[in-house]
Amino acid sequence: MSTLPPEPVEVDPPSPRSRRDAVVITPHVDAFGVGMRDGAAFFARFFAEAVRPPFHIRELIRQCYEVGYRSLPLITVTGFITGIVFTKQSRPSLAAFGATSWLPSLITIALVRSLAPLVTALICAGKVGSSIGAELGSMKVTEQIEAMEVSAINPFKYLVVTRTLATTLMVPLLALYFSFVGLVGAYMNIHGQEAASLASFLKSGFSTITFLDVWSSMSKAIAYGFTIGLIASYKGFRATSGTQGVGRAANASVVLAMFVIFIEEVLIVQIVTFLRDL
Amino acid sequence: MSAAPPAPPAPPAPPASPSQAATDAPVISIRGLEKAFGELEVLCGVDLDVSPAENVVVLGRSGSGKSVLIKIVVGLLQPDRGQVVVLGQRVHQLSRKDLDALRRRVGFSFQSSALYDSMNVFQNLEFPLMMNIQGLSSAEVKERIEAALEEVGLADTMQQMPSELSGGQRKRIGIARTLILRPEIMLYDEPTAGLDPVTSGEINDLILKVQEDYGTSSIIITHDLTCARNTGGRVAMLVDGRIYRVGAFDEVFGTEDPQVRGFYNYNFTTRGQP
Repeated sequence: MSTLPPEPVEVDPPSPRSRRDAVVITPHVDAFGVGMRDGAAFFARFFAEAVRPPFHIRELIRQCYEVGYRSLPLITVTGFITGIVFTKQSRPSLAAFGATSWLPSLITIALVRSLAPLVTALICAGKVGSSIGAELGSMKVTEQIEAMEVSAINPFKYLVVTRTLATTLMVPLLALYFSFVGLVGAYMNIHGQEAASLASFLKSGFSTITFLDVWSSMSKAIAYGFTIGLIASYKGFRATSGTQGVGRAANASVVLAMFVIFIEEVLIVQIVTFLRDL
Repeated sequence: MSAAPPAPPAPPAPPASPSQAATDAPVISIRGLEKAFGELEVLCGVDLDVSPAENVVVLGRSGSGKSVLIKIVVGLLQPDRGQVVVLGQRVHQLSRKDLDALRRRVGFSFQSSALYDSMNVFQNLEFPLMMNIQGLSSAEVKERIEAALEEVGLADTMQQMPSELSGGQRKRIGIARTLILRPEIMLYDEPTAGLDPVTSGEINDLILKVQEDYGTSSIIITHDLTCARNTGGRVAMLVDGRIYRVGAFDEVFGTEDPQVRGFYNYNFTTRGQP
């Protein structure tokens, strides 16, 4: 039987990562700190990987199809109903002041400025975010992500960058579409009540919309789309503990994405209000 | 219960003669490897060499760090201390680009097979090929995929989804997916785990066939002694985070050392004859 030769062992120094992992203050503080550190690293890595070739265009298009096209039915129904319900519920308040003629303006402002990006983002956080979290979580716990790595394929670039870019591109387009179907719903309601023409509805509605409104709406939708894709990918990539972990990743993707979206909503509204007052 | 162990047949001869292998530089050289997860020390100074065209089986109990060892070898995990040299390169000092270049030369067969479950068998094999080799025509891609599937005896499963395959078929497709890049080294993580004896035997034969046809060096992680005896030129026993014994199968198990005998007796007497 051979034994290994007792030659002097030349070893590499301990890895920086293992030194970092060894630092524990308390379990909760440590877990929070590690989560923040890993989240920040994940965020920074996205930008580093997104600008570096190769670019997986085919996968990006496939993800755009999954995120955008497959969300259309839900966005159509939700946007249309939002338009109708918002119009119906706003009418009595405006009628009390004899201001029903302001209804198109009110609906358009509400939809374009706030409802379209926010509701679209919340729908996508639920539908797309959970899907990405569960898919990547499942790939993680079944070692499919590691299989990519050992095949010399960068899973971050192939899975995270494509999905995050897809949500960043598609959520603004879906928000625009939401505004459109919402206005269709609103017009149908107004037309049913007052026989208003489409031209007068559009003229009245868009007379109060400025470039800043459209710009802020699209900025919000882009930020929300990026948030949904990145958070869902992050949660999926960090899934552990088998199927239970996959469920947790999907759930956490939705909850955290919605939480961050609301924070972003507040911040962006503050910035836009400041710009409007200039 | 300690029944006399049956005399195991001699392990198959590796393609390269021992003297030839001894003169060649090892394709994998592991020195002083340490890895801990929190307080749990998994590897505590592992030393192991793998020569060209040699199969080395790493045996050990579940949770002894066998899978961690080969994940460190391929750069999936970072060691706390120690040095891993694969094909002349220090794995953990490589840039991402160089590590990817090295990984193209190393195949890794996962315990769970790790097939991409959203892709069919053809796409599972096509994916690493298209991502790593530019300029292949679709005819060349198809030809290489067919050759890899024929190598593992599953040429007729091309359009099937992973969920439609048996455990043994999934293992074979997993091996075919690594062969598509024509690796110089194969790392098998529990290749026979969860398989019936007949299918395990087929996987063992496949491991030897891959070594013969591709001239690969391999590390085979297992706790299955039948797999170890039939596939390994050398056997290394991992106990308490260290390589406890290393040598030919008969040499390692021809001892009364209770650590070794206990492992042997459990496999060959508790579970029946291999």
